[in-house]
Amino acid sequence: MAEEIKAGCARPTGGVVGETEAEQTDETKIEKKESMGMIQVGKKAPNFTAPGYQKGKFINMELSEHLGKWVILCFYPGDFTFV
Amino acid sequence: MSIDSVFVHKMWDDNELSKMVDGGVPFPMLSDAGGKVGKVYGVYDEDAGVETRGRFIIDPDGIVQGYEVLTPPVGRNINETFRQVQAFQLVRESKGTQATPSGWKPGKMTLKPGPDLVGKVWKEWKTSMAFD
Repeated sequence: MAEEIKAGCARPTGGVVGETEAEQTDETKIEKKESMGMIQVGKKAPNFTAPGYQKGKFINMELSEHLGKWVILCFYPGDFTFV
Repeated sequence: MSIDSVFVHKMWDDNELSKMVDGGVPFPMLSDAGGKVGKVYGVYDEDAGVETRGRFIIDPDGIVQGYEVLTPPVGRNINETFRQVQAFQLVRESKGTQATPSGWKPGKMTLKPGPDLVGKVWKEWKTSMAFD
């Protein structure tokens, strides 16, 4: 399951799983931008890792840890926004 | 998940959300700095630098079964999300032998797709059932 992480001074970040250093070049960045669209129902949810906060602990989790369970993934504009 | 750091998530939970929900938010509040994950899911607004109100239902095999995306000022309907999850669970448990027509909620009739149902849905399902 999600591993606990130590809170250091650096802001922890995650990202899409399977994204390698080679893909970070300018050329492929543009290519990726062009191919960026809405994901499709009936297709695999892109796997990712992300740091998180849960019940007093900082954690690091990967979407694939939840295979075997139903997942509701919600995005929202920001903490302390009103809705 | 939002572009806020885990530190801001903690502050929001400590100072506001825990006053709405006993014990605070039970599920992970994830951080997506730079919108890297949001971009792949098509919910990152490059101009505003934030993520829109996207909601994805992912099944136990990791397949996206449904999604909804709203602009920031309108909140979600959680009951509708639960209804959809219950419908997808029923379909999955029936191994695809049942389907949930418009307006379905737990306890209401389902359809059994097959040759005998072709052209006969009108006998099983009435338009009023979409609304009750």
